[in-house]
Amino acid sequence: MSQRPRKRKLPAAAVTTEVLLRLYVAGAAPNSVLAIANLEAICREHLKDGYQLEVVDVLEHPRRAMADGVLVTPSLSKLSPGPASNVVGNLSDKAKVLLALGMRGKAR
Amino acid sequence: MGVIKSASAPHPLPKVPTGVAGFDQMSHGGLPRHRTSLLIGGPGAGKTVFALQCIVNAARGGRAGIFVGFEESTRQLMANGATFDWGLARLARKEIFFLDAHLSPTLVKAGDFDLAAMLAILAAKKKEIGAEWIVFDGIDVLLAVLQDPAAEMREVYRIRDWLSENGLTAILTAKLDGRTAEAGRYGFLQFMVDCVVRFERRQEARIAVQGIQITKYRGSGYAAAEYPLTFGPSGVAVGAVDAMELRHKASNERITAGFERLDAMLGGGVFRGSSTLITGAPGTSKTTLSGKFAEAACRRGERTLFVSYDEAADQIVRNLASVGIQLEGHVKSGLLRMYSARTESISAEEQLSRLNSLMREHRPQCMVIDPLTAIAKAGALDTARTVASRLIYLVKDAGISLFVTALSGVDDPLSESTEVQISTIADTWIHLSYLVLGGERNRALTIVKSRGTAHSNQVRELVLSHSGPTLSDVYSAGGEVLMGTLRWEKEAEENARQLRQRAEFEQKRRELQSAEARTRAGIAELQADLERQRAELVRYTEERELHNASSGKRQSDLRKRRSADPASLASRKSGNGAAK
Repeated sequence: MSQRPRKRKLPAAAVTTEVLLRLYVAGAAPNSVLAIANLEAICREHLKDGYQLEVVDVLEHPRRAMADGVLVTPSLSKLSPGPASNVVGNLSDKAKVLLALGMRGKAR
Repeated sequence: MGVIKSASAPHPLPKVPTGVAGFDQMSHGGLPRHRTSLLIGGPGAGKTVFALQCIVNAARGGRAGIFVGFEESTRQLMANGATFDWGLARLARKEIFFLDAHLSPTLVKAGDFDLAAMLAILAAKKKEIGAEWIVFDGIDVLLAVLQDPAAEMREVYRIRDWLSENGLTAILTAKLDGRTAEAGRYGFLQFMVDCVVRFERRQEARIAVQGIQITKYRGSGYAAAEYPLTFGPSGVAVGAVDAMELRHKASNERITAGFERLDAMLGGGVFRGSSTLITGAPGTSKTTLSGKFAEAACRRGERTLFVSYDEAADQIVRNLASVGIQLEGHVKSGLLRMYSARTESISAEEQLSRLNSLMREHRPQCMVIDPLTAIAKAGALDTARTVASRLIYLVKDAGISLFVTALSGVDDPLSESTEVQISTIADTWIHLSYLVLGGERNRALTIVKSRGTAHSNQVRELVLSHSGPTLSDVYSAGGEVLMGTLRWEKEAEENARQLRQRAEFEQKRRELQSAEARTRAGIAELQADLERQRAELVRYTEERELHNASSGKRQSDLRKRRSADPASLASRKSGNGAAK
């Protein structure tokens, strides 16, 4: 399963902060599939301002995983706005994901 | 991946030597090839060093390896590895790949996750460098991060499947001491792997003691005992694993135990290559006896190693010279090697490895260790005991004739049990003791045992003089053994008694002789009496006959005279009779 970097950009509206995310997955492993679905749901709900998500399949790009120090999948990195943060797991715990990504304020 | 062969014929499990000294003997060849081994043990027990050493040894042999550190960062591992003479930094450039899998404890978890990324990285790296070995160091740390027993098991099985797919010889290490509740929690780890090696570090007598033990080895025999683990400049080493069988050859050649009378007591000396134990209280001349043995060996031109603990070498040489044992010349000529060391600060294991290298260096034919019990001071009782016996076996295997001394008689369970332990291994056991009698302390020598030899069961007095030690007969009087001045007194007394006896005998003999003479004289006298009495009897009888005859004649004379006989005839006849 090959995941091309996806870009979801909502047009119009004043784009103040675009969130840059990268999700490392392991092919079509259940947790990976679940993580993509969970993340997309979260983003749709909470990142109305717009976000960029890159999905990296470590089975295809192990060197990238090595370079980025990613050992577990699924693994989500928020690259910007800073500070950078990470969260691992299938992202089923929405509250934790939001907390880790510093998006709590926007949650409610 | 190997093809599974039919089980009809026994098929030896392929093994890969680790190159860790002693371990390959202990495990009968190394770790299982293309399978997973688990090293468990508490912190600082040597698991990581052992695992790293396996990888290093393989890399030196041209077989690449991967080291995944869950607990320590690569930087830390490299720094630790640099303390050994492995040339780790150079190997890490090409043959060894370090993966820093140190997961941050602040890692935020939002749901289940797995190690697919790591395994993907490792698979890529394995292909790149052609790795044959892999180490997962600190798998317990990884599992702790998972925080879920089901996930732990799942990930461990994921690793195992990955390993078997990739045909790697793998080592997992886990900080478990096998006794805590965690052992049960991670019990599946032990079921999963093919070989489990337990590392143990404990404090005994204020010295850290390290041990290694194989607790499981699927499809293979192994030495099941716990063996000591030592750390040296080349990494860890498993303390000389004893041979399964005693392989030293028995020699029939006798060599002197030091001096003639002792040899005589031993039935002609000790066998070459045998071990002799000398036990005794402090000051019973144990060192002197072993010094004499060493001197005799040097005189034969044999290389000799004299190991003394807690007494300086030149002090021993000087002291022995005072009892006529000259070692100095032999030390100078290089024939005799004196080695002295303190024992308190160094563990028994380390003493053993030092002696081992000394033996390799000097290649002695005869050896003295004085006292062996000093090793017991260096750390734990159990260890010291096994070290003592292993030392003896080591020396025996090298065919070296050995004299060891052991302190006894002091109230010390440590040395006592060591003594007991050694005495079962030693071929000859000489015991020295003090006997205090009559205000004197004298040394007594007994041969407790001597294998393969008719030996004297007598107690002898050990006398030290300027010309060396010698043995004297002792007196036993009333169940007590007499020595020293008392022996001398007893000897003098004995002499006097004999003189007195001889005199008494002479007197008695003379008395008897004179009595006999008296009796003989009496007999002669009586004989004389008898003769006289016989003579008297004869005379008396004759007189009587004569008297009868003459009285008859007189009657006839009277008759004649009174009748018709001539008077002259009658008177002449009666006159003749009266004259008789």
